[in-house]
Amino acid sequence: MNQPILEMQKISKRFPGVVALDAVDLQVFPSEVVALAGENGAGKSTLMKILGGVYQPDGGAILIDNQAAAIRSVSDAQANGIGFVHQELNVFDNLSVAENVFLGREPRSFGFLINRPKLNADAEIYLKRLGLNVSTKTPLRQLSIAQQQMVEIAKALSLNARILIMDEPTSSLTLTETGSLLEVIKDLREQGVSIIYISHRLGEIKEIADRVVVLRDGKNAGVLPRGEISHDTIVKMMVGRDINRDYKPPTVVDKTPLIEVRDLRTQRYTNQAISFTVRKGEILGFAGLVGAGRSEAAQAIFGVDAPIAGTVSLDGKTIKIASPRDAINSGIYLIPEDRRNCGLILDVPVRENITLPALSKYSSIGLVNNAAECKISREMCEKLNVKTASIESKAGNLSGGNQQKVVLAKWLSLNPKLLIFDEPTRGIDVGAKAEIYQLMRALAESGVAIVMISSDMEEILGESDRVAVMHEGAITGILERIEASEEAIMQLAVGHHQPVLN
Amino acid sequence: MRKELGTFILLVVLCVVLAILNPSFLASANLQNLARLIGIYGIFSIGLGLVIITGGIDLSVGSVFALLGVLLSIFLVEWHLPAAAAILLVVGITTFLGVINGFLITKVKIQPFIVTLCGLLFYRGLARFTAGDETKGFGAAAGFETLQSLATGSVFGVPTPFIILILISVVAWVVLHRSIFGRYLFAVGRNEMAAHYSGINSDFTVAGAYILCSFLASIAGILLSFYTNSISPSSHGNFYELYGIAAAVLGGCSLRGGEGSIIGILIGTALLQVLQNLVNLLGIPSSLNFAVMGAVILIGVLADQLLRQRQAARVTK
Repeated sequence: MNQPILEMQKISKRFPGVVALDAVDLQVFPSEVVALAGENGAGKSTLMKILGGVYQPDGGAILIDNQAAAIRSVSDAQANGIGFVHQELNVFDNLSVAENVFLGREPRSFGFLINRPKLNADAEIYLKRLGLNVSTKTPLRQLSIAQQQMVEIAKALSLNARILIMDEPTSSLTLTETGSLLEVIKDLREQGVSIIYISHRLGEIKEIADRVVVLRDGKNAGVLPRGEISHDTIVKMMVGRDINRDYKPPTVVDKTPLIEVRDLRTQRYTNQAISFTVRKGEILGFAGLVGAGRSEAAQAIFGVDAPIAGTVSLDGKTIKIASPRDAINSGIYLIPEDRRNCGLILDVPVRENITLPALSKYSSIGLVNNAAECKISREMCEKLNVKTASIESKAGNLSGGNQQKVVLAKWLSLNPKLLIFDEPTRGIDVGAKAEIYQLMRALAESGVAIVMISSDMEEILGESDRVAVMHEGAITGILERIEASEEAIMQLAVGHHQPVLN
Repeated sequence: MRKELGTFILLVVLCVVLAILNPSFLASANLQNLARLIGIYGIFSIGLGLVIITGGIDLSVGSVFALLGVLLSIFLVEWHLPAAAAILLVVGITTFLGVINGFLITKVKIQPFIVTLCGLLFYRGLARFTAGDETKGFGAAAGFETLQSLATGSVFGVPTPFIILILISVVAWVVLHRSIFGRYLFAVGRNEMAAHYSGINSDFTVAGAYILCSFLASIAGILLSFYTNSISPSSHGNFYELYGIAAAVLGGCSLRGGEGSIIGILIGTALLQVLQNLVNLLGIPSSLNFAVMGAVILIGVLADQLLRQRQAARVTK
């Protein structure tokens, strides 16, 4: 363990408007498992994508075996012995195990036919190494997610990977599958492979990591050797920045619950039931790490993906929501995370986007009244300060912030009772952000209940009156404003406490 | 309107050239026949246009023409049903086929191409079986002359199918360009996900398009049956769905969905019929008929694409 096999030195990467990585260092030694930890947006994935050849760094150097290495593409990374197992598997489920492992590099006979016996025999070697007991001829679709992941690892090994990057490999595995994956990782380490392991699950990190490298806001936050790894030490390093709190408390505090969600089970997390209430006039923040099940819960409440179980009541009356139309009719609206695909029809005018959910309001006998439509669209654009050349401009031509305001305009022209914002300011510039926060607060003041799902800690702490924290599909805690601190939220978000099941 | 302008100019140029090369193009008998055909083809092309705007397709229209022609002949000539009853039955049955298409596409979630391809094969077979593979017809149309005159007659020299097309176009224009349903058709065709998030019942909207398409096909099919006056079940209506699709595409409908207009579809229909007429009048071997149409459609779509690229380039500059 004297010479590092990989050294990333002062790696920097800027995206328009953000510095994703600022002079980050990372060392990996032979036969070592390095865990990379950090909050959402801390720069873990960006750093790994640079190592994997997906992104090019703006500054810094990568040394492999003390030699400067130029990694300009995924194949450069592979040639340098770097394998990448992505969170979303890149497998072809119509091809067999062996075909997946050697895709594009099939052994040939006569120069153009696939040499199947050799293909299968070669793949077998790697499956054995990983202890994966399936036939190499099995189509991938017949394998479990965990087994497909092994095939991806086999592929990386067949490319002679000495450094294996694993991005959230256990996020869709069961507990036993996770256990066996961790065993495989330990075996690989014995065989001399180094592993960079990204995970939000601190328990796993504790079990297998030889070292933890923590990133925070695109910078190195510290390194923990094996002996010092614990929940608390990692969380302390992950947070611990000053958060600019411009929180304005509500002027009217009404404690009566307006919306009550009971035992809601989503299709993604079938055995986790979530329950919470939103009070009239409050902003309830939903914090959690990416994939904690917050958006799924929002989509279930809005009727996009009907929940498997659970009730939603409004003003004490249970309402049935089987489709977005039901939710809209009850005054429950969603501002979706994926603005460009779910929130707006980009190549249609702003006017048509605004009136789409309530066209009948601007129509008589089934015919749209163009004048009424123009009037409301102009009013909403003016009220929300939407910067657009005209209400006839296509929504796709507006900036991110203005597009978000158009999505808001769709709902504010109606009669909102509960507004669910899913990542309301993602990809939006600072000025528009402030405007959206102001609007949110003004809406709450007018008696609307607001749920704000956000992965931005600053936003959660700056805007929420209470914070619900989710982990793996369950609400692990609901914090009152005074209890809510970045550390308290992170502890709940990484599942330090047992899930609260009702 | 700018989108349809190119096709419209092409249509005008083609008419002028044709009139110069062969003045009998302007003979009233020729123009009347042309208008009659435009009437029949336009009606079902509008239906196909609606389906294409949702991002779908209906390949079964031609076979449905054969089936409904056979049924119409049996109802009128063999069963001697009253004209109104026969029409109602045929329109009802054909429209119901649209309900089946809509159900299979939106609820069972089979791709429109496959659903209607199966319809193309199935209804053709059914038509031939029902007719005993024999040609059916209406003969002298004894007892339902008025009905026949809807297809073959004229009012003040204007062929009735053309008048029916104009009436249907006006209604279709209002539905597509002014009604809530029309707005939903475009919304679902452009971005079904966003439409869903806006509370639009996209299944209902898409199924509606297929039902309307079949309804319009029933009207066009009845007119076509009387126009040909005999229905050979193995060939009647062959390729007609493709004429409709071609007219819609020439008129600015995108097969990706979300684009198109009634005026465009009408211009597209007229262009195809004038081309057909051109082949006849200029003495081009009729075996080249399809080749000429294929070439012109390709040129039309290419020109449209080039024009749009140039426009896009100008916008970004």
